[in-house]
Amino acid sequence: MNQLLFAVSTIVVGVFGCVAYFYFSNILLDRVFPAKGPNAGTNINKANAIRPWLFLLPALLVLGLYLVYPVFSTFVLSLQDTRGSFIGGENYTWLAGDGKFRESLGNNLLWLVIVPAASTFFGLVAAGLTDRIKWGSVAQSLIFMPMAISFVGASVIWKFIYDYRGENQGEQIGLLNAIVEGLGGTAYAWITMPFWNNIFLMIILIWIQTGFAMVILSAALKGISEETIEAAYLDGASPLQIFFKIKIPQIWGTIAVVWTTITVTVLKVFDIVFAMTNGQWGTQVLANLMYDWMFRGSPDFGRGSAIVMVIMLLVTPVMIWNISNAHKENR
Amino acid sequence: MEMAGTKSRLTWAVNLTVGFLVLLWIIPTFGLLVSSFRDRDAISTSGWWTALSASEQNAIVRADAPDSAKPDGDAWVITGNVSEGEGGQITAFGITSREPVAFAPGEVATHKRGQQITVEANGDYRITYPEKPSGSRGQRLFVRAEAPPSFTLDNYREVLFAEGMGKALLNTLTVTIPATIIPILVAAFAAYALAWMEMPGRALLIAGVVGLLVVPLQVAFIPLLKLHNNIGIGKGYLGIWLAHTGFGLPLAVFLLRNYMVGLPGEIIESARVDGASDFAIFRKIILPLSFPALASFAIFQFLWVWNDLLVAKVFLGTGEDQAVMTGRIVDLLGSRGGDWEILAASAFVSIAVPIAVFFSLQRYLVRGLLAGSVKGG
Repeated sequence: MNQLLFAVSTIVVGVFGCVAYFYFSNILLDRVFPAKGPNAGTNINKANAIRPWLFLLPALLVLGLYLVYPVFSTFVLSLQDTRGSFIGGENYTWLAGDGKFRESLGNNLLWLVIVPAASTFFGLVAAGLTDRIKWGSVAQSLIFMPMAISFVGASVIWKFIYDYRGENQGEQIGLLNAIVEGLGGTAYAWITMPFWNNIFLMIILIWIQTGFAMVILSAALKGISEETIEAAYLDGASPLQIFFKIKIPQIWGTIAVVWTTITVTVLKVFDIVFAMTNGQWGTQVLANLMYDWMFRGSPDFGRGSAIVMVIMLLVTPVMIWNISNAHKENR
Repeated sequence: MEMAGTKSRLTWAVNLTVGFLVLLWIIPTFGLLVSSFRDRDAISTSGWWTALSASEQNAIVRADAPDSAKPDGDAWVITGNVSEGEGGQITAFGITSREPVAFAPGEVATHKRGQQITVEANGDYRITYPEKPSGSRGQRLFVRAEAPPSFTLDNYREVLFAEGMGKALLNTLTVTIPATIIPILVAAFAAYALAWMEMPGRALLIAGVVGLLVVPLQVAFIPLLKLHNNIGIGKGYLGIWLAHTGFGLPLAVFLLRNYMVGLPGEIIESARVDGASDFAIFRKIILPLSFPALASFAIFQFLWVWNDLLVAKVFLGTGEDQAVMTGRIVDLLGSRGGDWEILAASAFVSIAVPIAVFFSLQRYLVRGLLAGSVKGG
């Protein structure tokens, strides 16, 4: 209980601290540059120039400390060895030759191709179909629900699907193997099956991300002007033709946004791999490899940092694309 | 007519496809829910789907010894119950191993030695011998019984009180609540400044926030863990609150700014003309009007912090007083892979809260998603 009190008092202190900061810094500003007296005009201008920065300061401090500074600091660390002395690009050359790193990079690229593609595809199918039926919103809620579930929770859920019992270990309690055996096939240990186990882990993330893709694409589909659809319909286009030739070309922009958003999620995928295999049986990914180097018996922060910089490099194109998009919109 | 026919067939196909898709999407979660109510033995010996229907069991029971038969008129009779109080309906019985289910309950089977045997649906049996029988080996009875589905709350009781998951739940709450609330205020002021206050470099700052949206959290781990250790915070709640605040801020500022820009400018301008300060405008106009966006972000941040594993593993200790639910579940997954019932119940406890939030506040979540990705991309 004490710790909940601690949490609640932190909220109170935090919230009141914030409010007090904003309130008193504003009062202080008005005292220093009063909007009356002989210099009222210049005072108002000066106060107006400073005030935005008072509003921004806490956010900028936190962002700077927790996201901007670490990018540079991690880069510097990636050039150091375990004792903190500068070794140039040695960690990177080590990475290039390391088998586990290559496996992780390969797997990450595989995730990067399959998960966004499959999630967007299923999301598009679900969005297109649920828009046409009465209970569509209920169906959407149910498909969307896995978004609320943690990756860890999802891993436990899928453990009950992928579980494998060997020949003398009784009947299958994993749904997938039960179905396979029910159809006359032989059960497999899906999670330890080289290469294919990657796909089975990806299915978990696809299951989670499809709802996200569906919700956004469904909104985009609803935004398409009725006129174009009506015209196509009058020209005798079938529902499928309308969907693929009229609707999809109009929402390409949104599809790209969904795709890149899922891409960023995929690059950082950690929990699922950590919980299901911890990178064994050929399923290692970059985020988990980095965690491994950071927390193993004898940690090597330099190598860990070098791996993070690789992830950073991979998200950079998305970052640039996002910024240029946002810039266009603000104009 | 032709048109109408194809149309209704198409509607059927769409309905069926969506139904199939929905089933595919909810079955995994449903499986966990069912599993979490099954007892330890059941969970590790049969699939969760078998728990939904009454299960059939075949059993061989030996009736009381012929020596114990009691006279009843001309005949000698043995009575008893095959299930011995365990319940379950008998659906068939037999008296030879070759035909174990030859008779329906209540029917009379005649043994080749003359005795007549009947088993009722409730398990009562009655064996009637024409003459006084002897021997100590009872008649073999083959019965097929139907056991009703059985569920238990024991797993939840054990998880919440015995396994320390109750404490982990408390720890998760301790992490989540401040980490959700504190970024909101900080972000709201910044978003207002970026939306409605003139200043040099505003566009650059907005671009910076958009850029920070996708920075992988991993960059922060090593530098900040070092920093926390150097300034004496170490691993603990204060550190993780700050970290989550930092990691949540780009999305918060981005969402709130996008929303605030869309608020009607006339209101703000007229308030300014009336002499209201920016602080007053923010407090009296912007904050109340921005409620939907604030709610969207709060839900996002809540779900993200509650579900987080990685940040907690890095910035929190692993002891009893700091371990969060996701961390404990992962430990269960790894070290005690056999304790399925504990795993299922604790996983369900940890996903029940976000699912409840999800279903009650879905509107805001969807709105936030749309604002967060479509507009700004």
